[in-house]
Amino acid sequence: MDIILVLEWVIKSIILILFGVIGFAYTTYYERRALARIQTRIGPNRAGPAGLLQPVADGIKLIFNEELIPAKADKFLFLLAPVLTVLPSLIIWAVVPWGTSITISGREIPLYLADINVGVLYIMAVASIAVYGIVLAGWSSNSKYPLLGSLRATAQIISYELSLGLAFVGPILLSNSMSMVSIVEKQQETAWFIILQPLGFVIFFLAVLAEINRAPFDMPEAEQELVGGYHTEYSGMKFALFFMAEYIKMIAISAIAATLFLGGYSGPWVGSFPWLGPIYLMLKIIILLFVIIWIRGTLPRFRYDRLMAFGWKIMLPAALINVFLTAVVIMLLP
Amino acid sequence: MTADLIIFLILALVAVGAALGLLFSRNAVYAALFLVLNFITVAVFYLLLNAPFLAMAQVTIYAGAIMILFLFVIMLLGTKKLKTRGENHWQRRLAIGLGVVLLGELVTLFFIKGQRGTLLGDIGSKFGGPESIGIELFNQYLLPFEITSILLLVAMIGAIVLTKDN
Repeated sequence: MDIILVLEWVIKSIILILFGVIGFAYTTYYERRALARIQTRIGPNRAGPAGLLQPVADGIKLIFNEELIPAKADKFLFLLAPVLTVLPSLIIWAVVPWGTSITISGREIPLYLADINVGVLYIMAVASIAVYGIVLAGWSSNSKYPLLGSLRATAQIISYELSLGLAFVGPILLSNSMSMVSIVEKQQETAWFIILQPLGFVIFFLAVLAEINRAPFDMPEAEQELVGGYHTEYSGMKFALFFMAEYIKMIAISAIAATLFLGGYSGPWVGSFPWLGPIYLMLKIIILLFVIIWIRGTLPRFRYDRLMAFGWKIMLPAALINVFLTAVVIMLLP
Repeated sequence: MTADLIIFLILALVAVGAALGLLFSRNAVYAALFLVLNFITVAVFYLLLNAPFLAMAQVTIYAGAIMILFLFVIMLLGTKKLKTRGENHWQRRLAIGLGVVLLGELVTLFFIKGQRGTLLGDIGSKFGGPESIGIELFNQYLLPFEITSILLLVAMIGAIVLTKDN
C-alpha cells in the first residue's frame, strides 16, 4: 500500500477531528450568543474580545472539576459510556464530502475521507449505534433519573430512525446512488434536492433533531422532570464528553443535511476554484446551525406521549407517502 | 495477501473472544454488549469480503436496532445475576453434540470442497454492492423476499394482538 496515501488519510482524519473539537467549542459560544439575542439578553461577553475566549474558560473549568463516580455505579461501563457517545459523532464525518479535489505539489488530493458506494447507509449505521452511549450512561449510573432519561432516549431514537431512513430514500432515488459524492454531483446537474424533495427535507430535519435530542425533542434530558437526564451523575471531563458529542452531532447533521438537500459543497465558481468548496459547506452548516438554535429559542418542548405519537402517526406515514410519490414521479417522467 | 491475513486473524480473535464473553459473562448487560461487539466484527468481515451493503445492514439492523431492543428489555426487567449452575443437563449435552456436528460439517466443507475452490466462484468487483443485491433480490428472489416480508408482518400483528388489553 502507498505510504503517502496512508499519510494523506491520517492528516485528513486529524483535520476532521480538530474541526469537530474546535467547532464544538465555538458552537456552544454561538448558541449562547444567539439564544441571548433571541431572549433580548447580551450573553457571554467578558472573557476576551466579545466573549470569544469563553469556550476556553469553560474548558479549563471543566478540566479542574472534581470527577465523581457514584458508589454503586458499574464503573467500567460508567467510564465507557462517554467514549461510546463521542466516537460515532466523530466517525460519521468520514463520508461527508468537502469539495472536489485540490492539487498540492503535483498530487491530487480529493477533499473527502472516503467515497464509498454505501455512504448513506454508513450514516444510518453510525446513527443507529450512537444510542449505546446514552443507554449505557443511564443504566451504569445506577440512579433513577438517568435510567428514565436513557429509556426515553432509546424509545425516541428507535422511533425516529425509521422516518430518518425513509427520508434518505428521496435523495437516493433522485441521484440513483448511495454515495454522498454522487448525490452532490447530481445536485449540481439538476437542482438542490430541497426544491425537488421539500417534504423529504422537513422529515429529515425533524427526525435528526429527535435523533440528537435537540429541542423541541429534548425529552431525554428534560431538566424540569429528569434533573439532567442520562448525564445527571457525570461531572468534569466525562460530562464534557457528552456535551461535546451533542454539539459535534449538531454540526454533523447540519453537514449531512447540507450535503443531501442543499447542494453540499457546490456553489458559484466552485468548478474553477476548488478551495471554495469547504467554504460553501461551512456557510451552509452555519446557517443550519442557526436554524437549530432558533428552533430551541422559540419552541416549547413536546410532551412525551405526543412525541411518540408524532413520530409514529405523522412522521412515518408522511415519510412513506414521500417515498411513494418520489418513486412514482421518477417512473412516470422519462 | 499477508496484510489481509493479519487483519483477518485479529478480527477472528476479537470475534471469537466476544462470542466466548457472551457465553460466559454472568451479567446480562455485558452479555448483550459482547454480542454487539461480535455483530460489528462480523460486519467488518463482510467489508473484507467485498460486501459493503451487507456490512452496513448488519450494523444498522443487528448491532443497532435489534440489540438496542434487547438492552431495553434487559434494563426494564432488571439484571439479576445468573446462577452459575444450570439445571438442564440434557440440554447442555445436546448442545455440545450439535455443536460438534456443526463444527464437523464446517471442517469437511473447508478441507474437502474448499480445496478445489468451488465454494466461492469468481466474483466481480460489484458483488455485494447495493445495485447487484437489489437486482438479485427483486429479479431472481422476488417471491422468497415477499414471503419473508409477509411473515414479518404476521409476526408483528401477532405481537400487537397478544399484548393488547381486552
